[in-house]
Amino acid sequence: MRTGLAGQRLVAAFFVGALLFNYPVLSLFDRSEPFIGMPMLWVCLFVLWAMMIGVVAWIVERGAR
Amino acid sequence: MAKKILIADDEQNIVISLEFLMKREGYEVLIANDGEEAVQRIRAEVPDLVLLDVMMPKKSGFEVCQEVKSNPDLQSVRILMLTAKGRDTEVAKGLALGADAYMTKPFSTKELVERVRSMLAEH
Amino acid sequence: MLSGTVVVAVSFAYLLVLFAVAYFGDRRAEQGRSIIANSWTYALSMAVYCTAWTYFGSVGRAASGGVWFLPIYLGPTLAMTLSWLVLLKMIRIAKTYRITSIADFIASRYGKSHLLGGLVTIIAVVGMIPYIALQLKAISSGYTVLTGQHDSGFFPFAGSSWVNDGTLYVALTLAVFTVLFGARHLDATERHEGMVAAIAFESVVKLLAFLVIGVFVTYVVFDGFGDIFARAFADPELAGLLSLKTASSAGYGGWFAMTLLALLSVIFLPRQFQVTVVENVNEQHLRRATWLFPAYLLLINIFVLPIALGGLLYFGRGTVDPDTFVLSLPLAHGEGMLALLAFVGGLSAATGMVIVETIAVSTMVCNDLVMPLLLRTERFKRSEHPDLTGLLLGIRRGAILGVLLLGYLYFRLAGEAYALVSIGLISFAAVAQFAPAMLGGMYWRGGTREGALAGLLAGFVVWAYTLMLPSVAKSGWLDRDFLDHGLFGLGFLRPEQLFGLAGLDSISHALFWSLAANIASYVLVSLARVPTGQEASQATLFVDVFRRGQDAPATFWRGSAQVQDLLPLVARFLGAERARRIFQTYALERGLGGIEQLKPDPGLVQFAETQLAGAIGGASARVMVSSVVQEEPLGLDEVMDILDEASQVRAYSHQLEEKSQALEAATAELRAANERLKELDRLKDDFMSSVTHELRTPLTSIRAFSEMLFDDPKIDLKDRTRFLGIIVSETERLTRLVNQVLDMAKIESGHAEWHNTDIDMRELVEQAVETTAQLFRDRGAVVELDLPDEALHLRADHDRLVQVMLNLLSNAAKFVPTAGGWARISLSRETGQIRVDVSDNGPGIPSDELGVIFEKFRQGGDEHSRPQGTGLGLPISRQIVEHFGGRLWVRSTVGQGSTFTFVLPVPPENAETVQSTQ
Repeated sequence: MRTGLAGQRLVAAFFVGALLFNYPVLSLFDRSEPFIGMPMLWVCLFVLWAMMIGVVAWIVERGAR
Repeated sequence: MAKKILIADDEQNIVISLEFLMKREGYEVLIANDGEEAVQRIRAEVPDLVLLDVMMPKKSGFEVCQEVKSNPDLQSVRILMLTAKGRDTEVAKGLALGADAYMTKPFSTKELVERVRSMLAEH
Repeated sequence: MLSGTVVVAVSFAYLLVLFAVAYFGDRRAEQGRSIIANSWTYALSMAVYCTAWTYFGSVGRAASGGVWFLPIYLGPTLAMTLSWLVLLKMIRIAKTYRITSIADFIASRYGKSHLLGGLVTIIAVVGMIPYIALQLKAISSGYTVLTGQHDSGFFPFAGSSWVNDGTLYVALTLAVFTVLFGARHLDATERHEGMVAAIAFESVVKLLAFLVIGVFVTYVVFDGFGDIFARAFADPELAGLLSLKTASSAGYGGWFAMTLLALLSVIFLPRQFQVTVVENVNEQHLRRATWLFPAYLLLINIFVLPIALGGLLYFGRGTVDPDTFVLSLPLAHGEGMLALLAFVGGLSAATGMVIVETIAVSTMVCNDLVMPLLLRTERFKRSEHPDLTGLLLGIRRGAILGVLLLGYLYFRLAGEAYALVSIGLISFAAVAQFAPAMLGGMYWRGGTREGALAGLLAGFVVWAYTLMLPSVAKSGWLDRDFLDHGLFGLGFLRPEQLFGLAGLDSISHALFWSLAANIASYVLVSLARVPTGQEASQATLFVDVFRRGQDAPATFWRGSAQVQDLLPLVARFLGAERARRIFQTYALERGLGGIEQLKPDPGLVQFAETQLAGAIGGASARVMVSSVVQEEPLGLDEVMDILDEASQVRAYSHQLEEKSQALEAATAELRAANERLKELDRLKDDFMSSVTHELRTPLTSIRAFSEMLFDDPKIDLKDRTRFLGIIVSETERLTRLVNQVLDMAKIESGHAEWHNTDIDMRELVEQAVETTAQLFRDRGAVVELDLPDEALHLRADHDRLVQVMLNLLSNAAKFVPTAGGWARISLSRETGQIRVDVSDNGPGIPSDELGVIFEKFRQGGDEHSRPQGTGLGLPISRQIVEHFGGRLWVRSTVGQGSTFTFVLPVPPENAETVQSTQ
């Protein structure tokens, strides 16, 4: 798995994550008006974060089989 | 009795010239315009000699030659092959299939007549 | 408010529970039934990352900077994504070479250097002291909040005498517990199963406690997330916290720096290295931790912002320290027990961190700082102390106490000036300095001892100058003057605007300069010289750890020692009984009867050294072993020879492989080229043969008739005329053939001349039909013309298109039946093109001949109707049509006739004008 498909997927996930959690993508969510009654940035960060964890979990647990 | 000669060629003008030459020599002339017709007429008439063109529709001269030579009833039929493709391989192939002689087009009328005469005299 | 006694009693009770868990874990480990040998425990133990800083400090951070607490957790999430690449290699290296700390790792990698190990240890100690101070501060201020400021007995704030300072007792208590957890006995592998079990337990406690407080604040004090956020939006000051731009002046650059810092910290913090690498039981456990640990981080952070906003909404700004909202909010609502639970959670977080961090740092201090110094004394080398295990334990325990006391000292000196988060970031920036030497050492062979030294030193100095010293100065223990005006009054040396670099927050600023200095020094100094033999061999062992396999550490030196020499040496540090046991196992594994049969080979020496390395560090083990081994140290040349031999064989076989592949490829290419040539040759032969045949056939007739006329002057007039007629027509045929062959050759080779003019297609068709009218009349056939009303203009070569039309028309004329024959020519315009159809009611073309008729010298139809053709008309026509970008094709049904169609494109603007004129 180290250099296999899962490894490459993890590296890809890293770069996607690094992109999402930084400028300029981050600035897209940085609005001052509420989003479904909550701060948009806060909601988006947590949702993206959870999604990323989900994807990584899928990659490694799948590879474990 | 006059010898029978079959002229098998798909080029009308060549047939006309051969027919004229052979008749002038006093032979009885039969004509076929393609390979199949040639085989039929050879079977039916058993000519003494066939002037056989190689490039003919339906059946090539080689095929006709092979069929004739493999038929014991037609052992007496001489075959003189005429071809416009002057390659050595074609000459060799014709002879290998049992053709008795081979001439390339365009031929000299004198030589052709001589060759026909000598082939028929062998019998 | 709670009474101090209750709080202290509960705290001690909790610590005892933790110890019970650890004791149970150790017992089970001794029985071989480990309770930590699963991926869940492993991932939970990583959560030691979440300290009191997370527990209290994140809320404080959120109260002043909104979402700015998050990068500290997003960084680790990103780092863990790469764990299967980076951490796995680190774990493999550490396990294979018995590495027990970061200092040991770096020292071993760069040629088992004592100096490097010492430097890393010093950086770690200096870097971690503020962090430990942070935990002490958290516990002490938590205690203060719980009990009220002026409870008797403990009075935690500076200013009172040290003896009365509760924080000192907190530090001492933690020291005792840490010794109990981590330095009760000596273990060659430096693994502490009980401690890991306790940490995993502690992680669950702090998470649950924090979630309970979060739910309490969000759903009991307020009416859910929506309520808190709605109120926050209503308050203009709080609304500013909800956006990244308005919440902090650091900007996106600062955000990135913070993420990077956290990303590096989760790998290089000594305690993270301890739980992730040293305490790892099974490499496969890393797999689950890759997502479970980030998921833990996400969970513990969900309520941070709501609690912070809730606290600010409830207390207002500036009345209560936001760092203690977790405690003060329940207290303010009369929920004393809840506040106590929150305190236990915080205590848990702080204790876990202190225990693991001090154990990790004390291992470094012992193995990489104290031992090397002791080993330098000659007296020590001569085995005057038969058993040193006691000494080793003593050193470690002393180190634990020392580190905690230093933490306390920092707390006394600087702790009050800073919020929790700021202190933590200073430590993070310190451990980030390990990254270049560690990562470089794992992936780059070229790094040298001097390079690593220079990098670490440069990074450390810059860190101290730009971050550590300002923190001390701001606490009032140093003259602030150098902060504002630079060292020696030199403006460009201002620590927080080094070389005039302004616009960054202090952390980003320090991180940038320190890492820049670090990496630059590491790389440049490393490149200054070729690695020595020792460095090169270690580099290979580290970089290629996956290639070598776990149980075959290569030996890069010659030397031998009798087992009688080695055994006592190992016994000195591990204890006599344990040493015997280990050697016995080693002998049995090799199929030998007992220790006495062990041969004095390099493998044995290597084994002994590895065992020692676990206890006293790689560098010290090297020194100790070499004192008893008759060693011939290998020079660089010899090591390089050994390395070269292997790498040359590898390179050579690689080259061979490459060459044979290249050869195969070349062969295949040649074969393909040859096939192409053969094919071309065959085509050319076929063409020549066809041309020969086509030329000889008319020549045959011409020669035959000419000779006959020449030889026989008596041929009658009728025959003579007929023969001459044949000669003339065959000559014409020959001429036509030669012209068409040349034409074809010209078009194919691209040398044909095209005279494009504006032509009217209608006129052209009419003209062609007129030209061929006689042919159709001869056959008794009817020609129908279907032409549009207006002219169809197009730019093309007039004569060439006439040639195409004539060809198609003469073909039609040739094939129509002699009775009732007809041909229909239609011209029409379609979108973007002009279409011409030439239909006839001839015999039609069998479907298998449809493609063939466009090939050269391939004529369709019955032989009787053929003699006119050369077999080149259609191929030439198709070439012409295609030259103008059109297509020529045929549709035919046998017995019903054929339709030849060609289309020619016309430019769209032309089409428009045609349409508009309509």
